[in-house]
Amino acid sequence: MATASKEVKENALGLTKEDYQGAPSTLCPGCGHNVLAAQIIAACHELNILPEDVVKFSGIGCSSKCPTYFLSRSFGFNGLHGRMPSLATGALFADRSMIGIGLSGDGDSASIGMGQFKHVCRRNLPLVYIIANNGVYGLTKGQFSATAEKDLELKRQGKNPYLPVDICMEAMAANATFVARAFAGDPKQLRELLKAAIKHKGTAVIDVISPCVTFHNLENSLHSYSWGKENERPIHELSFIPDSRDIVIEEVEEGKVKEIKLQDGTAILIKKLGGDYDPTNRFQAFIMLEDAEVNNLLLTGLIYLDTEQQSMYESFDLPRTALNRLPNEKLRPPEETLAMVNKLML
Amino acid sequence: MTPVQVVQDSTDDSLSTPHVNDFCITFSTVNGSGSATANLTVLRALFKMGIPVSGRNIFPSNIKGLPTWFTIRVSKEGYLGRMDKDAVVVAMNQKTLLEEADWLVCGGVLFYADHLNLPRIREDVVQYAMPIKAISAALEIPRQVKTYVENMIYVGIVAQVLEIDLVVIKEALEYQFKGKQAAFDMNFGAVKAGFDWAAENIEKKDPYRVAPMNATKGYILADGNTAGALGSIYGGVQFSGWYPITPATSLPEALIEYLPLLRKDEETGEASYAIVQAEDELSAIGMTIGAGWGGLRAMTATSGPGLSLMAEYLGLAYYAEVPVVVWDVQRVGPSTGLPTRSAQGDLTFAHFMGHGDTEFIILIPGSVKECFEFGWRALDYAEEFQTPVIVLSDLDLGMNYWLSKPFEYPDEPIKRGKILWEKDMESMEERLKALGKEWGRYLDIDNDGVPYRTVPGNRRIGSSYFARGTGHDEYARYSEDPETWRKGLDRLSLKLELAKEVLPKPVVEKMERAEIGIITSGSTYPAVEEARDLLAKKGIATDYLRIRALPFTDEVPQFIRAHDHTYVIETNRDGQLKQLLTLEFPDLARYLRKLSKIDGMPLSAGWITEQIVTKERD
Repeated sequence: MATASKEVKENALGLTKEDYQGAPSTLCPGCGHNVLAAQIIAACHELNILPEDVVKFSGIGCSSKCPTYFLSRSFGFNGLHGRMPSLATGALFADRSMIGIGLSGDGDSASIGMGQFKHVCRRNLPLVYIIANNGVYGLTKGQFSATAEKDLELKRQGKNPYLPVDICMEAMAANATFVARAFAGDPKQLRELLKAAIKHKGTAVIDVISPCVTFHNLENSLHSYSWGKENERPIHELSFIPDSRDIVIEEVEEGKVKEIKLQDGTAILIKKLGGDYDPTNRFQAFIMLEDAEVNNLLLTGLIYLDTEQQSMYESFDLPRTALNRLPNEKLRPPEETLAMVNKLML
Repeated sequence: MTPVQVVQDSTDDSLSTPHVNDFCITFSTVNGSGSATANLTVLRALFKMGIPVSGRNIFPSNIKGLPTWFTIRVSKEGYLGRMDKDAVVVAMNQKTLLEEADWLVCGGVLFYADHLNLPRIREDVVQYAMPIKAISAALEIPRQVKTYVENMIYVGIVAQVLEIDLVVIKEALEYQFKGKQAAFDMNFGAVKAGFDWAAENIEKKDPYRVAPMNATKGYILADGNTAGALGSIYGGVQFSGWYPITPATSLPEALIEYLPLLRKDEETGEASYAIVQAEDELSAIGMTIGAGWGGLRAMTATSGPGLSLMAEYLGLAYYAEVPVVVWDVQRVGPSTGLPTRSAQGDLTFAHFMGHGDTEFIILIPGSVKECFEFGWRALDYAEEFQTPVIVLSDLDLGMNYWLSKPFEYPDEPIKRGKILWEKDMESMEERLKALGKEWGRYLDIDNDGVPYRTVPGNRRIGSSYFARGTGHDEYARYSEDPETWRKGLDRLSLKLELAKEVLPKPVVEKMERAEIGIITSGSTYPAVEEARDLLAKKGIATDYLRIRALPFTDEVPQFIRAHDHTYVIETNRDGQLKQLLTLEFPDLARYLRKLSKIDGMPLSAGWITEQIVTKERD
């Protein structure tokens, strides 16, 4: 009963969740990526985002098929393997009011696309950069990815001889301004992180541990549901606040709650669990990631946030009008300028 | 001071024949020594004297210490091509001195810095030793700029001997140092010192000199990369993701230099463009294609190795029908090859680049003026046909200085092709409703192969679509249906077929009673033009066709048929233009003769003439 009424609930735009749906998923039943699609739908619906204001991007792989499974009313571009970030960069300059959501995978971003992944981070392009991370190449049927842990054994592959790439660590090293880790088995937290990422004015990397139920869901292996469920340690309880003026902190014990304002007046409210982790402290973020690795823990939550860095757009003197709507007379200099140009040609 | 050394070959009469405004002069220096300013000063001064000139930089892939040459062709006839031999060499580099002495024609002139050791003296050339160090010692030049300014001493000496007017040298330097008075004074002081020394100490024994003409009035001096960038700016370029690579780099750099001048709103200071230096060519093309898809006029520039990296994304752009322009300023390949030498070796690769069935529109400018024109036209074609357009320039055209008629303002309005915004979509939907159809991104409504596109930012519901490199139907939905695939790909070739109607036609020039044809393209044009005159003097009349775009238009087979046989002249090993002609017109292949060479140097009229004369004799 409660579920049914939720489905038809209209948001401030008068849109129901139905308006945010995509084509039916062709991924395996139980795939973590389906959770991801569902949470993107929920986050956009709850944030009252017009689907027409979103552009979706992806690379190649199971993860990158995902954008067809949400927001059918949005534009999208499924590009080349590992080269979603560059595609998004050019396209988003066309109309900077658009919200870019990029979907990639561990093969797409931590192997072939490692370069583009890190470079888009350092440019701080406003883009929600989701990496559906399952440690395995699904679409080519079960090879190790660069995030697979050492000594992992997979059917037909034997033992993985190499150390893994930690996506959050790479994002941190590349100076990403928003770094988070989520688990497909914890959809509520994922949704809050997505909301904050959408509002962030810069590259927001979310490393989502999203188990592959077909090729890599072994008990006790990193990237599996069972391991995630057992080892997930949210570093905080996190909620996205649409308007920071609404924040009321009195209910919670003082010192345990931190409010981080985003650039547009929205905020993230963080309730500390146990320790004293401050996600605006870059040094702490590195230590925590290293710590998680050593202790074999799936630490989830907002690992790092920097709202001070300017976004990529800000270093260009761009007009308020979308570049792709500029009339021809803004694009071609007037005829009289050419005489001056010819004069310079010596 | 060192006495002037003159060794004359009495059997040669070239010394007694004056050579005015018709010779080639090469400056030999070490790269990184700042000689570019000195050499450009001479080039500009000659231009200002009204004499047709072209300047070629033959430089190493290096920053400091390796030999570099700058060759100026002075031609009263207006020939701009490379010559095989020099009449004058100005030698400032010990390591290459002997080599350069061999480049000189009999009766040529060798200026050399007197601190260089000249172990062997060619007896048939005039030699002038230049006491650069002694003259420089008398000037007050700060140590850190000494080598740079010393180059100006040879400018003064050469100017005096060849009779280049000191007034125009001064003007050229003023242009170079725009408002930097101290730098100008120091450099002009050095020129003057060299000039005065030569006037007092050199007894002119050679026959080479220049004299004022009136042949450059109304002309400009420009390089192809700057021209291409400017053309793109007038074509409304809005986005470029680019990555540095010789010899293309100066094209995006010219965008960065001239865009703020031409495309910033005077009142608000707002820019109508964004130029982004990418991390590599994979990203440069990804960004540029993203921008083209987003509805921006998008272009990038690269050279062979970069184009190889761009191939995959360009294949996607071809299939997903994304407008984008790529300038390939060709250098010598394969592999890293000769990065600082010119070639026309990317033609077949560029035309068919990508896996599967692909074919790209190619534009081939043959002059700096055409670089400008194709700069704006390429952006129009890309959007009109919703496909990548590759502009094939090369190092010779792109980085060297060419005398040219001024750039001309586009004579056609900007063409954005079939793009639908909210209002357009409304009427499109009505139009389609009457046909019982709905809009689809790849629906060929006009039966001309070109569908209607929308771009992100169009907020009308039903305007969006999901672009992809995977198989798709007319509504951009994923499809593996055999018939859908076949039809989709056939439509893409139809677009290119119809593009022939509007792409630049070949340029044809005829001679009376010519039975021989010549087909060429791009930067070989000046050498071919000159060779035809030389051949005509030997009694060999030729007609000439310069290809400016691919796919080939009907004029090409007509031209081949109209001639007994046709030489296809190009700067590569395999005769790639001939290969493409053979492929397209197999019946005509027997009329084609390959005339191609690749050694890093632009073709010369001398070589072309010799080849054709020999072949015609056989």
